Formats: sequence, structure tokens, C-alpha cells
Amino acid sequence: MRRLLAILLTAFALCAVAPVMAQEEQSTAPYAYRQLDDPAKEQAAQALMVSLRCLQCQSQSIADSDAPIAGSMRSLVRERIAAGEDPEAIRAWLVERYGDYVSYAPRVTTLTWPLFAVPLALLALAGLLLRGRFRKGGQA
Amino acid sequence: MSSQTSPGGKPRAPRWAIWLPLALFSGFVVLVSVQLRNPADTNVASTLIGKPMPAFSLPPALPGRPGLDSKAFADGKPHLVNIFASWCIPCGVEAPQLAALAKAGVPIEGISVRDRTEDLQAFLKRNGDPYRRIGADDDGKVQLALGSSGVPETYVIDGRGVIRYQHIGEIRADQVPMILEKLVEAAR
Repeated sequence: MRRLLAILLTAFALCAVAPVMAQEEQSTAPYAYRQLDDPAKEQAAQALMVSLRCLQCQSQSIADSDAPIAGSMRSLVRERIAAGEDPEAIRAWLVERYGDYVSYAPRVTTLTWPLFAVPLALLALAGLLLRGRFRKGGQA
Repeated sequence: MSSQTSPGGKPRAPRWAIWLPLALFSGFVVLVSVQLRNPADTNVASTLIGKPMPAFSLPPALPGRPGLDSKAFADGKPHLVNIFASWCIPCGVEAPQLAALAKAGVPIEGISVRDRTEDLQAFLKRNGDPYRRIGADDDGKVQLALGSSGVPETYVIDGRGVIRYQHIGEIRADQVPMILEKLVEAAR
């Protein structure tokens, strides 16, 4: 019983200490963990934030990530949207600094167009092959 | 594909085609094992190299010391801009290298990211203070404006305020000559 109590007390103590330790690296940017007051603007910010990559935890969006830099990016997005900036302009601002990698929304560029063209070409090829097959089958 | 026709009238694939799936699979295995052995570089480099430093003005991080304004870079001489924080372990690791660079006469400007004055003072007391000016980037905005994705990072800025080089991660002892070389290049 006494041991159980000790474990419980330790657990409580850890719970009390953990947030203090976490605070050190947490973002102090004003809108890192605060939503915008205007629901429509918050929704626009949210839509942009889920399509921006966290630069530290690179498989997460900045909306999902708890990394300090993601907090800074959320605050940047929210403050700019609150100021009336277009979400795509904010995305372009970040792409200008970090390259396409920062955005989860794919763009068609001189480099990426084959990614979009190849599936279409394969579909067309499959269609042609199938047509040939069906024709032959009909004649036989 | 030139297909022979079996007695049933159905087109038959050529003999070698039976190996095609195995070949595709082996190719896939080779690709995966090569990529597993050489993990991709996950650093996100700034795309601002060769472009002018974005304009910013940061308040002083320490009382009685100057803050950092981007106008300070237009004095005709190359500068180092070191992005650091007291909570960042590798920043302490690179401190001797920064001290050596400062001793060699390189002007080093600091941007402390998401930091607190007391922590910063303790950090500088522990590791030495090579900085001419330290700007406080409390919400990380200037870090984002510079295209920096972490701490520590060090930028070489030439005398016209153009970003010439970005060093991601701590400067190790064997990299000091390389940084000096970049500064000489920037001075040209």
C-alpha cells in the first residue's frame, strides 16, 4: 500500500514538473496555441496550416506538430490571415524561403509535370492495348 | 510485343516475359536497400542564397546591448549571422568555434530564437559571448523570414547585404577554415 502511494505521489510530482520543463522550448509567438477570434478566418488559417510542412518534424503538418518552429509558423499564418492576407500568398512567401518542400499542395512546374503526365499516358496506353485485345477477340 | 499464337487462338506472351515480375521485384528490393543505406539529407536549406537579406529589426536580447537591424549589414564588410538559442545543445558545442572566428576579427551578429533573458545570460556566461549584437527573435518570425529551419544555423552575408552561404547545424572545429574561406569569397 505504501509503495503504491509512493508511485502515485511520484506520478503526480512528474505531472506537475513536466509542463514547466516543456515551457522552455515552447513557442512564445502570440497565436501559436490560440485560435483567431473570427471563426471564418480561423477556418481559412486551419486549411492552410494542414497543408504546410513542419520543418522539424517533417512528416507532420504545422497544424499537427508541437515543435517550437511549427508554433512560430502557425502564429505567422494566423497573424497574416487576420491582417487580411490571401492564404496562397502566405504559402508563396514560405515556398520562396524554403522551396516547394514546405508545402504539401503539389504544384505543376517544369520539374513536376511528368508526375501528372505519366499516369495519364499510362491510362491512354492501357486503353489502346485493351482496345486491340477486344477487337481481336471480336474478330476471332 | 510480337506474340505467337497458340492453337486456341489466344496471343501468348514471349518466353522471357515470365521473368518480368521477378526482375521488377528485384529492382524494387535493390532500390529500397540502397535508399536504406544512404538516408536522404533531411535538412531544409534556405532558398534565399544569393538574394538580399530580408529587412528586419530585432529588439536587444540583453539589456544594455544593441539589438540587430538588417541595416547593419550594409557596411561593406562580410558578416556572420548566427541563429542560436540557450535551449539548443549544439549551440553550446559550436561556441568555441564562434569564439575562434570572433578572435580572427569576424563580426558575428546573433539572433536568439524563442529565448528568455535569464537563460540567455546564463548561456553566454557558460559558453562565452562572441556576438557584437544580439537580436531577440521571440516569436521566431525573423528565423522564418530567413528561411532557417532550426538552430544553430549560420549565414554568411556579404558587404552589400546579400546572403552568400547558409551553414545548417553547428560549426565543427574542422569547418572553421571553410567558414573563413566563405567570408573571403564574400569579401570579393
